[in-house]
Amino acid sequence: MNFLTKINTFLLELLGKSDTSLDDGIQGNIDSTRFVVLDTETTGFDYENDRILCIGAIVLQNYRIPIQESLEVYIQQEHYNKATAQIHGILRESVLNRPNELEGLQQFIDFLGDSIIVAHHTFFDISMINKALERNGLPKLKNKTLDTANLYKKTLLYSPLLVRKESYTLDELADKFDISKKDRHTAMGDAYITAIAFLKILNKLKEKKGFSLQQLFKY
Amino acid sequence: MKNTISQRVADFLKNFPPFSFLKQMDLEIISEQITIIYKEKDSVVFALNEETHECFYVVHKGAVALRADQHSDIMDMCDEGDIFGLRPLIANENYKMEARAYEETILYAIPINVFRPYALEKKAVGNFLIESFASNTLNPFSKSHRGKLYGEEIEADTKLLDLQEVKYSKKIISCSSSTTAKEAAEIMLNKNVGAILVVENSLPIGIITDKDLRNKIVTGAFPITTLASEIMTAPVITYPTKMTITQAQMAMMKSDISHLCITVDGTINSKAVGMLSKHDVMVSIGNNPAVLLRAIKRAKKFKKIKLIRAGILHLLQGYLDQNIPMTLTSKIISELNDACTKQVIGIVLKKMDSQPPVKFSWLALGSQGRSEQLLQTDQDNALIYEDVAEELEEATKKYFLELATRINKGLFDIGYEYCPAEMMASNPDWCLSLSECKNKVHHWITNTGKNEVLLSFIFFDYSLAYGDSDLVNNLSDFIFEDVKANPTFYIHLVSGALQSQSPTGFFREFLLEQDGAHKDFFNIKNRALMPLADAARVLILSHSVKSISNTAERFEKLAELEPANSELYLACAYSYKALLKFRTKQGLLHNDSGQYISLDTLSKAEKIKLKSTFKTIKELQEIIRIRFNASNIL
Repeated sequence: MNFLTKINTFLLELLGKSDTSLDDGIQGNIDSTRFVVLDTETTGFDYENDRILCIGAIVLQNYRIPIQESLEVYIQQEHYNKATAQIHGILRESVLNRPNELEGLQQFIDFLGDSIIVAHHTFFDISMINKALERNGLPKLKNKTLDTANLYKKTLLYSPLLVRKESYTLDELADKFDISKKDRHTAMGDAYITAIAFLKILNKLKEKKGFSLQQLFKY
Repeated sequence: MKNTISQRVADFLKNFPPFSFLKQMDLEIISEQITIIYKEKDSVVFALNEETHECFYVVHKGAVALRADQHSDIMDMCDEGDIFGLRPLIANENYKMEARAYEETILYAIPINVFRPYALEKKAVGNFLIESFASNTLNPFSKSHRGKLYGEEIEADTKLLDLQEVKYSKKIISCSSSTTAKEAAEIMLNKNVGAILVVENSLPIGIITDKDLRNKIVTGAFPITTLASEIMTAPVITYPTKMTITQAQMAMMKSDISHLCITVDGTINSKAVGMLSKHDVMVSIGNNPAVLLRAIKRAKKFKKIKLIRAGILHLLQGYLDQNIPMTLTSKIISELNDACTKQVIGIVLKKMDSQPPVKFSWLALGSQGRSEQLLQTDQDNALIYEDVAEELEEATKKYFLELATRINKGLFDIGYEYCPAEMMASNPDWCLSLSECKNKVHHWITNTGKNEVLLSFIFFDYSLAYGDSDLVNNLSDFIFEDVKANPTFYIHLVSGALQSQSPTGFFREFLLEQDGAHKDFFNIKNRALMPLADAARVLILSHSVKSISNTAERFEKLAELEPANSELYLACAYSYKALLKFRTKQGLLHNDSGQYISLDTLSKAEKIKLKSTFKTIKELQEIIRIRFNASNIL
């Protein structure tokens, strides 16, 4: 470790931050990094009892989204909830040949690799996926994550005139960034809206001082 | 693999040629292999002489400018649904031009090897691609090709008038020979046109214009029940589809007529495909505010207004180039911008399910309220409506919020960005009944803090953009009375006005931005324009002058009211106009708001001129500081 890095680490320790946890796995720059933008449709919001019905995930790399490389996997579940079916429109038997949870997860894990995960309210999707992994005896996700709900707030003007909300919905982001809300509440449609919103957020944050991939995780 | 996104892409593509010629199934297969690309403003899609990509591009959102190279004029502008970068599909050589995102853009990249079989198989697809390719390759007259490929456009370039293809209206308003004069006139009224074509088996046999109706019907020569065949002018003068603006003008002059009928082969023996009016020709020339204004008033879609706004910017550029006085320039441009806003509101009102429950006024705030917004910047606006009975309050507010949300979206669609501070009528804070608004203002005036000053700065420059003027007058009267009763408010306003950052440092050098995206640029808005606008506002408020919100006009009024200081005020008015011109020119140059100026691009003379305005700012601030000294007021 050279002298400067040592000082840097020392200063960060003084501030109560640990540098190592951040640097781990997020070298490189935004242009070349592979992001996987995802959304899940679930039977509800209960981590224990509710189940994932569909995972929609798309690859975002170098400001490009290759449609061919995206993953849309509907999962066969026993648990079913009529109330949420009205939102996502996934009927119990509407898609034939759905993989079971384990197969669906494996497809997803293969697809994901070591990419950085981007989602809107990421914590929810990650928790659902991790619960499912746990049920199937698989280890939890170790990927770095970014949350557009959080990042969006950093693009807002710091002005006493602007009353900020605690949290912004994907609908609000779509309106602000003029993204069509077609296919809203399908995993893939939401993943796409999230991806475009993420790109637009990056474009806004770029104007800020010291913009870098690493910085995104500090916001 | 077929999925939700590829469907979404296919749904978009099917609306545009050449994809519209393909079967839905083929389109879905192609869509699965497309890459979606995000390009920030000014980023390059491909450069001159760059090796060709393995795909061509469709613009999904935004716009891409095609140029011969980085420094030359824009040859073509591709927007939603337009295709470009076709060279690799047709020729095996490097790109012969540069494509650059003109604004934030989303592209669909379509792999050549996937698409080629369809182009070969379907003749219509192949022909379209070849035609497109020919029109946006290096071709000095490429602008003349735009009409047929890129839909209706307002041509703003006057240099190549005699080569430009004219854009005619493809919607033919027609009737049969047995239609009565009265019915024909009703159709014309409904469609808002000045001429109607009389057709038989799709062939034009005559035309009835306003003039025919005037000369034959209104004079009483024929009753209004006369058949079209008796009053029409025949035969119709017809022309082929491809004619230039100059040709069209000549044709109209030659036959002394105001409408041309466009047919497939140019004779009366082929199908009529369009009409061309004198107005269409004038719009094509696009350098006349009256014509633009009429075009705005006729527009029924936001997209159309957006195109007209491009014409407005071109007009602005022309005025600046010809050194037309800034007062006149800003008047005309503001007038046109206001007309756009009015038209957007008109369109939205028509689409609402019901009429507004009570009277309302749409207020333009900030620079738009001051009629100083020449370029497209953010929208700042508010809506106030008449007070209603308590039980109706909720429903009324809901209606106006919905209305405002749609208007804000409409303004966004025609090119006004959303306000980053959410100072827009769709925000419940800025969609208020008259008494709510008065309460709010009263709160600012009596409980003044830093934020309240800031809010009043932006809000007090309001002007009525649409709707009822009584509401606004009522509010203005209230504000003047309330401020008079609470003189301490001036002290806050003044300290706010004096707080603006100084434009120059100790050695009279320009103070530049320290960091951020505009590091080393000069912020002309915050450091030069705002101090003047803020000072003018305080002074004019102290004289209780209503309904002048333009800063330069305020200074001119002040010069009248205070002869002792008239020289300084006139200098301020002059400086303000000069600064506004600087900003506008810079904005046009860089396709942005012009707020940040790169000093390197200014000539020595320009820098001196800029600095001389700063002296005026300092003197003005001195006057205010003394006049509104706390001890002098209380």
